[in-house]
Amino acid sequence: MKLQKATKCALFAVLELAGNSERQLSATDIAEKYGISANHLAKVLRDLGRAGMVESVRGAGGGYRFSGNVKRTTLYDLIQLFEDVASSEDSRDEGDSTEIGQALGRVLAEIDEIAKATLKSITISTLLKTMEWHAQREKLQKSGNAA
Amino acid sequence: METEQIKIRPAAKSDIERVTEIDVKNTGLEKAAYWRDMFDRYGEREGRFFLIAEYEGEAYGFIIGEVRAWEFGSPPCGWIFAIGVDPDARLKKTGSQLFDAICSNLKASGVDKVRTMLARDDSLNMAFFRSQGMMGGPFIQLEMPLD
Repeated sequence: MKLQKATKCALFAVLELAGNSERQLSATDIAEKYGISANHLAKVLRDLGRAGMVESVRGAGGGYRFSGNVKRTTLYDLIQLFEDVASSEDSRDEGDSTEIGQALGRVLAEIDEIAKATLKSITISTLLKTMEWHAQREKLQKSGNAA
Repeated sequence: METEQIKIRPAAKSDIERVTEIDVKNTGLEKAAYWRDMFDRYGEREGRFFLIAEYEGEAYGFIIGEVRAWEFGSPPCGWIFAIGVDPDARLKKTGSQLFDAICSNLKASGVDKVRTMLARDDSLNMAFFRSQGMMGGPFIQLEMPLD
C-alpha cells in the first residue's frame, strides 16, 4: 500500500506531536526530522488544523501542538483527510464491467476492506504504544543476546 | 466502580445468567443455552479458561479462551474467542484486566502466543485487542456459502 506524500507528512506530523502533547514543534523542526519539505508540511499542517488535529501556538517559540483525541482518532481518520478512500468498486474503468473485470474487482474490494478495517482499528494512542512495546522487546532481545 | 475494586476469577455456573445479560446488552441476542454450553465446555478445564470480572459480588465482564494446537500447522497457541464487558463497567480497564488474566493463564499453560478472530466491522473489539498489543497475524479467515 503506497500513501501519497501529503498523507505521510500528515501521519509523521500528528504522531510526532501526539507523542508529547505538551510540546510545541515548528513545521521546520518536524520537516528536518522526517526529511520532508517544510513548505509542503506547512500546507499539510494547515489542513490538519482545519480538521482539529493540530493547533498553531502563537508567540515566542510558537509552533504546533497536537489538539485531537489520541484514543479516538484512528490512522484511517487521518488518511482519509488526504487520500481518496473511495472503494475500488466506485471507480469504473474500461473492462471493469466484464466478467473478468468483476471477478478482479471482488478481489480488490476484499483487499480494500481488509486495509480499511486495519487502519480503522489503530488509534494514535495504540500506534504510539506499539512503538514503546517494540522498543522494549528489542531491548530485551539485545540483553538476552549479550548474556 | 473503581478499577482496583474489580476482581478477576474463574467463572462459576451461577455467573451464566449475568454473562447472558451482558451479551444481550452488547449484541441484542439472547443465547442462554449457548453460554451454559460454554460453561460446561470451558469452565474449570485444563488448557481452557472462562474468566469473570467481578465487582461487589456481581459479574461485569467475561473472557473465554483456550490452547489450540496444530490447526493447519499452527503450533500450540492461545486463542481468545469471546469477550464481553457490561457497558456500565467500560472505561474502568475491565477488558484489559480480563485480557491480562487470560494471557497469564495461557502463558502458564506453556504457549507464547495468543490469537483471536473478529468481524472486520467489529471496530470496538478490534481497537480493544490492538490497544492490548495484538497485530495482524499470518493466518487469513476464508469462507463460502454452502448451497
